[in-house]
Amino acid sequence: MRDTSKLSGSEWTMDDLLSIEQACARHAAGYALDTFPNQMEVITSEQMLDSYVSSGLPVNYGHWSFGKHFLIENAKYRSGANALAYEIVINTNPCIAFLMEDNSLAMQALVIPHACFGHNSFSKGNYLFRQWTQPDAILDYMLFARNYVADCEERYGFDRVEQTLDALHALRDQGLDKYKRPSKLDTRKERAEQAKRLSAAQETMRQAEYYSLVPKSPKAASAAEVFPQNPEENLLYFIEKHAPKLEPWQRELARIVRKIAQYFYPQRQTQVMNEGWATFWHHRLIYDMYDAGEIDQGILLECLHSHTNVVHQREYSSLNPYALGFAAWNEIKRVCENPTDEDREYLPDIAGKDWLETFHDTMQNYRDESFLLQFLTPKLVRDFKLMNIQTLEGLDHWTVDHTAGAEGFKSIRSNLSAAYRLESYMPEISVVRYAHDSDRKLVLHHQSYNGRMLAKAQAEQTMKHLRWLWGFDVTLETIDQNGKLLAKY
Amino acid sequence: MTSVIVDRRPDKGKSTANRQRVLKRLDGALKAQVDKLVSRHKLQDTDKAVEVTIDRKNVSEPSFILDPAAGAFGRIIPGNDQYRVGDKIPRNPSQGQGGGGGQGAGEGSSDEEDTFRFVLSREEYLSLLFDELELPALVRKDLLEIDETRFRRGGVIRYGNPGSVCVARTFKASIGRRVAAEAQYQEALEEAEAALVVARGSGIQSLVNVAELELQEIRRRGADIPFLDPVDLRHRNLVEVQVPSTAAVMFCLMDVSSSMDEKRKDLAKRFFTLLYLFLTRKYKKVDLVFIRHTDQAQEVDEDTFFNGTQAGSTKVLSALSKMSEIVEARYPASRYNIFGAQASDGDSFGGDSTESSAYLLSQLLPCARYFVYAEVGERPAHGSTSLWAAYRSIDSDHFNMATVSARNEVYPALAKLFNKEQ
Repeated sequence: MRDTSKLSGSEWTMDDLLSIEQACARHAAGYALDTFPNQMEVITSEQMLDSYVSSGLPVNYGHWSFGKHFLIENAKYRSGANALAYEIVINTNPCIAFLMEDNSLAMQALVIPHACFGHNSFSKGNYLFRQWTQPDAILDYMLFARNYVADCEERYGFDRVEQTLDALHALRDQGLDKYKRPSKLDTRKERAEQAKRLSAAQETMRQAEYYSLVPKSPKAASAAEVFPQNPEENLLYFIEKHAPKLEPWQRELARIVRKIAQYFYPQRQTQVMNEGWATFWHHRLIYDMYDAGEIDQGILLECLHSHTNVVHQREYSSLNPYALGFAAWNEIKRVCENPTDEDREYLPDIAGKDWLETFHDTMQNYRDESFLLQFLTPKLVRDFKLMNIQTLEGLDHWTVDHTAGAEGFKSIRSNLSAAYRLESYMPEISVVRYAHDSDRKLVLHHQSYNGRMLAKAQAEQTMKHLRWLWGFDVTLETIDQNGKLLAKY
Repeated sequence: MTSVIVDRRPDKGKSTANRQRVLKRLDGALKAQVDKLVSRHKLQDTDKAVEVTIDRKNVSEPSFILDPAAGAFGRIIPGNDQYRVGDKIPRNPSQGQGGGGGQGAGEGSSDEEDTFRFVLSREEYLSLLFDELELPALVRKDLLEIDETRFRRGGVIRYGNPGSVCVARTFKASIGRRVAAEAQYQEALEEAEAALVVARGSGIQSLVNVAELELQEIRRRGADIPFLDPVDLRHRNLVEVQVPSTAAVMFCLMDVSSSMDEKRKDLAKRFFTLLYLFLTRKYKKVDLVFIRHTDQAQEVDEDTFFNGTQAGSTKVLSALSKMSEIVEARYPASRYNIFGAQASDGDSFGGDSTESSAYLLSQLLPCARYFVYAEVGERPAHGSTSLWAAYRSIDSDHFNMATVSARNEVYPALAKLFNKEQ
């Protein structure tokens, strides 16, 4: 017979999940973890793959690309090349966490604190999520998007909608407001305004027809006027507002694609912090549950086994965000509780402070880039045996320019932090000129740093999509920091 | 704070729609593989799913990404236990990508393989395979003539047996009737009440009595409006409809004389199997009849048909008359769609060819939906055998023939016989 007060074995029931969640909630309250209410959804592996390919969103519009990723991921999963994620959690309110049915009880005991308390509290507290996302509105918005796309397919034809979405998806990464906070998602308002935009567009068309009959006064060509006045980084926004040939519904699709891309903007900037945070808390909460006699030793050991795999850092490979994040948060705790002289020198602000207070403050106010710049400790750099290597195009070797010693620490810290800056892995492209009074040509600039270029074949394919959307000529110029033209597409 | 658990597992098949979309997108690429698939895929195990390999180019999703090899860049590498500042590490070209965090590698790494594989279900495979094929137009027209009687739901009627009462509609009718009747009653009631007041006002007792009686009568009638009345009853109606018969029988006729070696039999078998698969997509149920013949015909089971051996000379007519016999005995043309498929190397002797062709035209084709002849064997013999020559003179829309000399010709032969454009 199974001891009902203590969970053991590998089989689980829905009640077991709930009691794990409640146990975690009790312990988490002691650490003042502020979370959205949890909605745990038990799903099959197929459903897991399904949410996997639509970025974890439980609702999404139909598009073949999701089907393609499903086929690819499914093949990988079936062949055993890839293990599936044990959980997926997205920042909604209530916080929806997908738990796979194949997980053992121990795995569930690991992923519930990880997702439902770690990620959940992070997305409720972190400033990027608070500013950039609306957890109350996203599901409504996705439902709205799905219905709108389906409606368009019915009204304007499957192929045209597909072609439009293909083109918009190609520019998804250029649909972000990186510095300006986006307007709030509100499905009701969105619907009302959409109707307004559509009728305004029709009105403009009518007026344009009328005015075309009126003889034009000879106006001096105001060619000197540059539009847009400032470069526009949000290409999809620019297309939505200014593309000369798009139909109103295509502009709406552009809006939907960029709104969704925007929603994931905070995620990509907080990966190390967020995963580290969730890993730290599942580690902590599992021990708390064990100490309180809520799970047995078998479960604890299985959890620790998985935990160790998750935070394993392979040598001479790319950094594992779970490992780096987990170590970084542990370092913060150590510096708060047992600072060494070295820590006092590099991290005077937090050395000796209350660790929990520091944790909350850090979680709320930083992103990967600033987090690493601020809190990376010399000890972590030594433990991870980090080195910085540099190379140039055409060289057949890397040069080691810093290793994990006292003299290399600051360079490694700033380089590591810079690697998590958006511009270091996403090209910076902006609209600089739109000749709206003449040939309607559009000119874009790709700002190149350190001679980094766009991948040529991909860029040319993407340009085809962009030209199709724009309907007139489009040029993309790669320029270096001195304004010198490096390439043209 | 309340937490909930939701069991989403029954909520299946969300990916199906997107799967259909990507298959549609890949249509061209998949069709190009069909021939290859047919030859590689063993027809015996048609129940198995089929794995296909698709070039990613067909479904590429381009975006602006940084060239992993261009320019100057650095990486942070963990686990260094051997290098010192200034050391040079040879650059592995395949490893050249990825920002320090490994995040930048996201897009690049998804393109590292040029192809991806996935599994088509049997249904998807067959629909791809037979997409271009269709029963000849004439056959389909004929199909509509052979009718079967079925019952299907057809509206609502007022009469029927108690078992077919449609409760919702009956109540609807009852509500309507009661609303109408009660409105009438209210009107009469008000009138009678007014009359009573007038009568009382007049002070004449007899008038008051009459008015009171009238009012009582109306009240009684009002109370009598029944909740359900026989006129409310509604019944679900069943109507007889004529539907085309969905039963089919396929006769497999094969020459098993010694000139039919293993290779030819193999081709014949592939031909039969493909045809069978095709027919099962058009008809609910397809019966199979196997007739093998040398100089005399026998009805046998599938195993014996494909694997048994028999020696003797060849007489095609024997098989055709056997088929005719079985049709008469078991498969009346009024109830079955009869398909004939004959495979032979075309060898036959004496007057057999002409006799067979005449028999086919006069006896079998009038009752068969479609009869196809596949000549199996090495190419030089094709078109010069006596059977081929005799069959060529058959002028009927119910007959067609093709040659098959190698495995990869089986499907094209079938495609020729059932071409949509025909």
